[in-house]
Amino acid sequence: MTNTLHRYGDAESFHDDYVVFAIPSRGKNDQGCVPKLKQFLEMALEFHPVNLGDAVHGGALRPCASLTPVAHWKRDSTPDFRAVIEGVDTPTTVAAVFDNRAAAEDFLKAVKAADLGLCVNVSTSIDGAEQCCHGAGLPRHSIGYSLGFEGQTEKLPEAKVLMLTTMCGHSMVSSSLAKKMMDWVKEGRRTPEQAAGYLQRFCSCGVFNPARARRILAARAAGSGRENPD
Amino acid sequence: MRISRRRCVACGNCTYVCPMGAISIDPDIRRAAVDREECVECHACVDGMSQEHLNPTLVRALRWLFQRLRLRFEPEPDVCPTAAFEPEELEWPRIVRRAFSDPRVPHESTGVQGRGTEEVKTNDVTGRIQVGEVGFTIEFGRPGVGVRFHEIQRMTQALARAGVAFEKKNPVTSLMTDAAAGTIREDILEEKILSAIVEIKAPLERTEEILRLVWKVEEQIDTVVSVGVATRCDAQGEEEVVAPVLEQLGYPLERAKTNVGLGRVTNL
Repeated sequence: MTNTLHRYGDAESFHDDYVVFAIPSRGKNDQGCVPKLKQFLEMALEFHPVNLGDAVHGGALRPCASLTPVAHWKRDSTPDFRAVIEGVDTPTTVAAVFDNRAAAEDFLKAVKAADLGLCVNVSTSIDGAEQCCHGAGLPRHSIGYSLGFEGQTEKLPEAKVLMLTTMCGHSMVSSSLAKKMMDWVKEGRRTPEQAAGYLQRFCSCGVFNPARARRILAARAAGSGRENPD
Repeated sequence: MRISRRRCVACGNCTYVCPMGAISIDPDIRRAAVDREECVECHACVDGMSQEHLNPTLVRALRWLFQRLRLRFEPEPDVCPTAAFEPEELEWPRIVRRAFSDPRVPHESTGVQGRGTEEVKTNDVTGRIQVGEVGFTIEFGRPGVGVRFHEIQRMTQALARAGVAFEKKNPVTSLMTDAAAGTIREDILEEKILSAIVEIKAPLERTEEILRLVWKVEEQIDTVVSVGVATRCDAQGEEEVVAPVLEQLGYPLERAKTNVGLGRVTNL
C-alpha cells in the first residue's frame, strides 16, 4: 500500500496530519503479531488520536449495515476506537492518526520503549517526520518520497477536493461526494464535523484524518484560499 | 456491481459516492444504473454506504408526496435507503477489477491488502532496498481516474526495454506472461481498475534516467500517475543522496513515508 504517501497538499498543510502505522512483514515478524498490533493501537489511545484503523476492518467511524431511519435526525458519529482495537484478528497494517506533531512524537517514544518488533512508519511532511524521529531518538531507516501526481492531471478535480479525497489513499472517497460535502458546508446544510464524518466512513483502512478534513471544509466554507497549495 | 431495479428508489445518493462516477440515474427506468464498462468493482458503494432496509414502495410513495408538496427531505448522503446493491459473483477476467480496486480484498500473490506490497515500509527487516539502491512505486489511475491494463503495459514494456527488473511479489508482476519484456497477459488488457502499482528497483545512478523514461510514457497513456521513490538512510538517519537528485529534477518534495527502523525479525 502507498495509501498514505500521496496525500495532496504542501508541507504546511500536513501540520495537523501525522499517520503512524505498524506493519508486520510476511515471513519476518508476522508470527504472533496480532497481540502486538492490538498493543500498538491501545498505546495510541493515550495520545488522543483522531482516527485508528486496520486495513482489513476499517477505521473508528464505519458504515452501518442496518441503519434505522432515526439516523437521519440523530446519528451517532462518535469514533469507536475500542471496536478497532478489538477487531484486529489477523496480520495487517494498523494505523493511528494524530492532528499534532507532539502527540505523534510522544507516541513514537512509547512505541520505541515497548519494543514490539513490528515495522513502524510515519507518514507526514518530510520535515515533520524527521522532527518526530529526532525527538523520539530514532534515526530514520528508510524513506519513501512522494513525487505527487503526473500524467493526465487535467482529469483530476480541483485542489481542495483532492486534499480531501487523497486522505483515503485507496481512492474510496469519491471526488463527487467531497465536492458535494464542500457545497453543503458552504450552504450551511451540514457542519464541517458532519461532512468530515460522511467522508471518513468510506475510508476502508482508517487513515482518513477527520481533523484535517474539518479544517479544509471550514476554510472552504469561509472562502479562505490558504488551504489551496496551487 | 448491480443495483436492484425492484429495490432502488432513485434517491441518487450512490451516484455521488462512486469513485469512478460509474453510477447514474437512468431517466428511462427511473432507477440508478451501473455502467459496467466503467465500474471497477471497488465496492465503495455497497461497503462504504450505510444501508437501511426500508420498503421501496413506501419510500417511493413518500418521495412522490414530498415532491407534490414541494418539500425537500434531505437524507443522510451516505445511505442507501433500501439496500439495493447486488454484488455479483465475478468471473475471470472481470475478477481482476476487484482485486485491484477493493482494498479489503487481499491479493493472493502478496497476502497484502491493497494494490502494492510491503515495499519500503518493512525495509528494516527485509532489506529490500539497500544503500546505493532506489525503489520506485509507479502507481496508475489514482485518485478516481482509473486505468486499463493495456496502459500499464506501455509503462512496463518501456521499463523492461530499459533493463529494469520488476518486484517479483508485486500483483502486477504476477499477471505478466513475460516479465523480461514487461508483457501482461492478454485476456486482462482491456479490464479497467481503480489503480495498480508497478514496483522496480534500480541503482542510485539510474534515478534520473528512469524518471525521465516515466515522464515520456506518461504522455502516451490516458491516466494519472503517482510516483514514489524510496531509499535507505545512512547510519545517522540522514538522506542526502536521492533528495537532491529529485529536487534537481524539479520535484518540490513535500511528503514522505518514513520507516523509523524499529522492526526486528522475530519469526522462529
